[in-house]
Amino acid sequence: MGPMIFRRIVIGFITLWVVSVIVFFGLSILPGDAAAIQLGQAATEESLAALRAQLGLDRPAYIRYFTWLGGMATGDMGISNAGGATIASLIDFRLIKTLELGGIVAVISVPLSIFLGLAAAMYPGTWLDRILTFGTMSLVAVPEFLIATFLVLIFAVKLQWMPSIAYMSGGESLWEWLHALAMPILTLVIVVSAQMIRMTRAGILNVMNSPYIEMAILKGVARKRIILRHALFNAIGPIINVIALNLAYLVSGVVIVETIFAYSGLAKLMIDGVQTRDFPLVQACAMIFCGTYVLLLLTADIGAILSNPRLRKPK
Amino acid sequence: MSDTSANTEETGAAEKEVDTIDKFAELPDAPPKKGIKLSWVGKVSVAIVAAWVVVAFIGPWIAPFHEAEFIVDDSYVPSGGCPEMLEELFDLDEWTPDAITQYCTESDTILFLGSDYLGRDTFSRIIWGARTTIGISFVATLFAYFVGITLGIGAAVSGGWIDMVLSRFNESILSLPSIMLGLIAVAALGSTIPILIITAALIYATSVFRIARALGQDIMVQDFVEAAHARGEGLWWIITREVLPNAAMPLLTDFGLRLVFVILFISSLSFLGLGVQPPMADWGSMVRENMQGLGYGSYASIWPAVAIGTLTISINLIVDDISAKSGGSLAKKMV
Repeated sequence: MGPMIFRRIVIGFITLWVVSVIVFFGLSILPGDAAAIQLGQAATEESLAALRAQLGLDRPAYIRYFTWLGGMATGDMGISNAGGATIASLIDFRLIKTLELGGIVAVISVPLSIFLGLAAAMYPGTWLDRILTFGTMSLVAVPEFLIATFLVLIFAVKLQWMPSIAYMSGGESLWEWLHALAMPILTLVIVVSAQMIRMTRAGILNVMNSPYIEMAILKGVARKRIILRHALFNAIGPIINVIALNLAYLVSGVVIVETIFAYSGLAKLMIDGVQTRDFPLVQACAMIFCGTYVLLLLTADIGAILSNPRLRKPK
Repeated sequence: MSDTSANTEETGAAEKEVDTIDKFAELPDAPPKKGIKLSWVGKVSVAIVAAWVVVAFIGPWIAPFHEAEFIVDDSYVPSGGCPEMLEELFDLDEWTPDAITQYCTESDTILFLGSDYLGRDTFSRIIWGARTTIGISFVATLFAYFVGITLGIGAAVSGGWIDMVLSRFNESILSLPSIMLGLIAVAALGSTIPILIITAALIYATSVFRIARALGQDIMVQDFVEAAHARGEGLWWIITREVLPNAAMPLLTDFGLRLVFVILFISSLSFLGLGVQPPMADWGSMVRENMQGLGYGSYASIWPAVAIGTLTISINLIVDDISAKSGGSLAKKMV
C-alpha cells in the first residue's frame, strides 16, 4: 500500500508542476506583456524597456518561471499590475473569506448528502428515491448561476427573507453574518449536495451488489440493518472519495457564486484580475485554486486506495 | 407491434415469414434489436431538444426583432407589454396585467417576454441566443471529439511511450477545474468566439481522450482484431473498420453528456462576463445582464435561465434513457 500511495503523491506533484507551467507560460509567453499593458497607449520604446527591466521582463522566460515558482512556494507572489499592491496582501483576507464560505458549505452539505444518499440507496425505486434521483440529476445538469438566479427570485425577491448581495461591513454579529451569507451558502450547498447524493447512492448500491450482502439478504437480515451494519462500513472508502471530489467541485462553484452575490473572496478577486488582465494576480489565484483542487483529488485517491485492497497492488 | 399488424394484411406467405423472424427475435441468442425505444420522458426530451435545434437554425427569420435592436426606451417592461402602453403609463407600478390587456391586445409590437435592461425584446434575444449558445457549444464539442478521438485511439493503438506521455499530460489537464482553465485562456487571449470554441474544445477533448483510449484498448485486444492482424490488414484498416465502428455507440451517448458540459462551461463564462460579448445574445450573458431586474419584479433573467435548463436537462434525460436501455455504457460509467 505504501509504494502505491507514494506513487500517487508523486503523480500529484507532477500534476502541480504541469499546472504551474500552464499557468505561467499560458499568461506570459503571449505578445503584449505586462509592461505594454500597464503603460497602454502612452508607451514609448524607452519607457517600455525601462519598465520591463524594472519588472524583470527582460530576463529569459525560464529564469522568470523559476523565480516565479520559487516566489509562489515561499508566499512572495509578486506585485499586482493594477495599483501596485503586493498580491499577498490582496489575497490574504480574501482567501480566508473564501475558505470560510467553503468550510460552512462543507459542514452542512457533507452530512446532509450522506444522509440523503443513504436514504435513497436504502429504499431504491421508491418515491423518495425517484424524487432524489430525478431532482439531483436535474440540478447537476444546470449551471450554478441558474440555481442562484432562482434562489434569488424566491428568497430575496418574492419572500424577502434574505439579501441578494452578500455585503459585509465587518463587525456583524454571528446571526447577521450568517444572514448575509445565507444565499451563497444555500446555492453552494445545493450544487455540491446534488452531486454528492448521487455519488453516495451509487457507491452504496455498488457495495449492495457484492456477494456478502447477498448472503445477508438470504439470511433474512432486514434491509435497513444490512445497509447500516454491513454496507456502510465498506462504503466508507468510496464515500471519503466522494466527499473529497465534491469539495473539489466547490472550487468551480465558488467562482460563480462569489460573482453573483458580490462576495469579496478569492474567486471574485481572480475574475476582476481576468477582466483587467492583471496577469500576476490571475497566476497567483489560479495556482491557489488549482493547487487546492489537485490536493483534494489526491486525498480522494488516497482514500480510495486505503479503502479498497484491490487498488493497492498496481496491475 | 404496428409493423406486424401492417404485414398481416398482406398474403399468407409473407405473414408466415414475418412470424418466423419475430420468433427468432425472441430467442435469447438473437442479436439485439436495432433502433432505440425511448420512454415517454425520453420522447418529450427529444422533442424539446429538437425544438431548440430548429430555433437555432431558423431563429433570425422567426424572431420578431433583431437581437441588438432597442425596441422600447424602458428597461424591464413586463411580459406582453408594448410601446403603446409605455406612451401612456410611465411608472413601473402602472404596468399591471390589466393595463397590458387594455393597451396591448391590438398592438403589433408586443414584447412577449418583456424588455431587457436596455429595452431590447427578451423573446427575440432568447431566439437569437439559441443560435449562439447551441452553435458555439456544438462546434466546440465536435472539435473536442475530433481531437480527443484522434489522439485517444492513436494512443491506444500505438501504446508505448507515446501513450504514456499523452496519457500523463491528459490526466494533468483533466485534474484541473475546467472553469480555471477557461479563465486562464480568456485572460491570456481575450474572449472572441473562435477562442471560446477552441478553449472549450481543448478542455473537453481531455475527457473524450480518456474514454476513446479506454475503448480503443478494450477493442484492440478482442479476437476479431487479432484475426484482422493475422489476415494481414493494415493499421489504418483496423482502426477504421474494427475499432471506430465498435467504439461509436458508447462515444455517441457520451457526446450528449459532453455537449451538456460544454454548454454549461460556455454559459458560465458568459455569465461571468468573459464569454460571448455584447451585443450578441447568449443565454448565459442574458441571465447576468438582467439579474438586477429581479429586484423590479422582471423575469428577463429567468427566461434565458429556463432556456438553458430545458435544453441541458433534456439532453441528460435522453442520454440516461439510452444508456439505461443499453445496460449502462462505458462512457456513462466513466463520468
